[in-house]
Amino acid sequence: MMIKTRRTLLKAMTAAIGGIALTGVMTAAHAGDYPTSKVMTTGLAVDDKTVTVGILHSLTGTMAISEIGSVQAEKLAIKQINESGGILGRQIKVITEDGASDWPTFAEKAKKLLESDKVPAIFGCWTSASRKAVLPVLEKDKGLLYYPTFYEGLEESHDIFYTGQEATQQILAGLDWASKTLHAKKFYLVGSDYIWPRTSMKIARKHIEQHLHGKVVGEEYYPLGSTQFGSLINKIKLKRPDLVFSAVVGGSNVAFFKQMIAAGLNSKKQKLLTLSVTEDEAKGIGGENLKGFYSSMKYFQSLDVPGNKKFVKAFKAAYGKDAVIGDVTESAYLGPWLWKAAVEKAGSFDIEKVIPAQIGHVWKDSPNGYLKVDSNHHMYFKTRIGEWQPNGQAKVVWESDLIKPNPFPKGYQ
Amino acid sequence: MDGYTSSELLSILAMQGFAGISMFSVLLLMALGLAIIFGQMGVINMAHGEFMTLGAYTTYLLSHIATSYGFLNEYFPLAILAAFAVAFIVGYLVEWSFIRFLYKRPLDTLLATWGLSLILQQIFRSIFGAREVSPDMPDWIMGSFDLTDLIQIPINGVFVLVLSIVVTALVFMFLNKSHWGIQVRATVQNRMMANAVGINTAKIDRLTFAIGCGVAGVAGAAFTTIASTGPTSGSLHIVDTFMVVVLGGAGSLVGTIVSAFTIAETDSIMSFFMSGTIAKVLTLLMVVGVIMAKPEGLFPSKIRK
Repeated sequence: MMIKTRRTLLKAMTAAIGGIALTGVMTAAHAGDYPTSKVMTTGLAVDDKTVTVGILHSLTGTMAISEIGSVQAEKLAIKQINESGGILGRQIKVITEDGASDWPTFAEKAKKLLESDKVPAIFGCWTSASRKAVLPVLEKDKGLLYYPTFYEGLEESHDIFYTGQEATQQILAGLDWASKTLHAKKFYLVGSDYIWPRTSMKIARKHIEQHLHGKVVGEEYYPLGSTQFGSLINKIKLKRPDLVFSAVVGGSNVAFFKQMIAAGLNSKKQKLLTLSVTEDEAKGIGGENLKGFYSSMKYFQSLDVPGNKKFVKAFKAAYGKDAVIGDVTESAYLGPWLWKAAVEKAGSFDIEKVIPAQIGHVWKDSPNGYLKVDSNHHMYFKTRIGEWQPNGQAKVVWESDLIKPNPFPKGYQ
Repeated sequence: MDGYTSSELLSILAMQGFAGISMFSVLLLMALGLAIIFGQMGVINMAHGEFMTLGAYTTYLLSHIATSYGFLNEYFPLAILAAFAVAFIVGYLVEWSFIRFLYKRPLDTLLATWGLSLILQQIFRSIFGAREVSPDMPDWIMGSFDLTDLIQIPINGVFVLVLSIVVTALVFMFLNKSHWGIQVRATVQNRMMANAVGINTAKIDRLTFAIGCGVAGVAGAAFTTIASTGPTSGSLHIVDTFMVVVLGGAGSLVGTIVSAFTIAETDSIMSFFMSGTIAKVLTLLMVVGVIMAKPEGLFPSKIRK
């Protein structure tokens, strides 16, 4: 009895000391303790009270639909950081630039942010095309970008941290799950016609043929924005694949799923796993049309981890109770927090000090759970399979172990 | 096509035929309004897609009201009428506020309506947000008639088909059988003379433009049964729509029908044997080929120049 009490007491004391120590650290973080001359030696937009970062997304044009969620998440993270005392005692100010869904504009705006605004970090880009346009500017002007979209991999830049999954993380785990749980042997691959779906399907085909000993019975691409899937659906009916593996993106998904359901291919008759339907798309497609189909990605709004409850609550408080959070939105939210951790570890805003400090960083209770930054600038993530429910949310039915990022998969190209 | 039984192949042929017809009815609905405005008035309406989007958003709004007042099962026919009305009214105002000043300068109407389309897109974005939305559909429209195991005829496809037949018939009757239609044709053939015999050509122009826009609104409402709606949805379909009108020959209703059918079936049949992208490219090449051989389109109008 005595021992137990003492142990409880000890626990309480440790907690109290820990608490005091933590408060100590937080109150210590005044700019005065980190004089500007010490935390910044390269002419960045840092003064005694503030630090200015850049947000660079498409606020207009066709990509605005997708990127607005990312802007919201990045601004929320920055607001929260400011409210919790800022970063090295400084409040974060934001300059938001509009890439306007136009790749040269992205490059131009990145140049402006780095050369005239002197920002120590940019949070932004969505499509690979916009990132590739910004990349040479980052390299020339020694900038730092946090990039939030899941993408095809085949890139590793000194100046970019990739806070979304690269292709192998989503695809290999998803296909392994389908092969094991759904006993899928015959696969039908379909995607929108641009680099991400094509690269993804190339990796998928290799994996299916060489590791799962399955068969690809069809592989097809439809123009971006296509709304006519009648022929595809008939071919799926004829070939009767065990699994349709889809990387159809954006509004096309609505047409695809509505037409599948109308043609009698509901989830009971046809299993389907997609890489590109998040809660954002689900809202447009309608839960009824999506019911029972699966998505493979690291994050779903319904994810039951402690870090996520806080995130969802804060996001809804900021953007309304009807707001939904998809995987990319969550990736965007990670950026400012990861940067804050790296800056504090480095004790400096200087980009060349922040980058090495970021590598190896562990975030135990991020909204998607445990994550770790790998030396290849991508993150270790778990991949989840979400089963879509009539209410437009996904139920997580399976999750992988932590997967090491592998942007240049050998034997898959 | 080896390894399939003949009954399977037959079923697929039937399904594929229906997919083509379904695409045909969508294309026809989209192009009809444009054909009226382009053919009868010579106005190249670049904002046609936005009038479709207007109809789609009207449907979306009505579905919200229907859900909260519990008439979701009945609202859709209502939504089609509302879509027509809203697009009609906006079209009427647009003609009155600036199109009517530009009839003698066709190239300027192209620029002006293009500007209008950008303005409308921004208005949609401000009101409805940048994300794509999808109205709730009544259950009866989302099902299918199951004829056999393989043959399912989607009800939404049948619905759009019937709708496009009805709208086409109405337009045909208006243009060819009604008093108003005679006045429209008189105006098109000789504006001065029509004016001289007491036809109020300004009023005719305004009504024609508004009806063309209204029909686009109906197309937008129909489109919500198969796809989602965003601020830029209209511009996505405008190319297909122009393709139909140009291939058919401006001003010819029969041309529009034949051309929509040709494009839809070509695309549908080819996309069964090859990938969707290639089919689209080949369809476009086919259209280019026809236009090169017959620059006036399949059914050139017989208007005196």
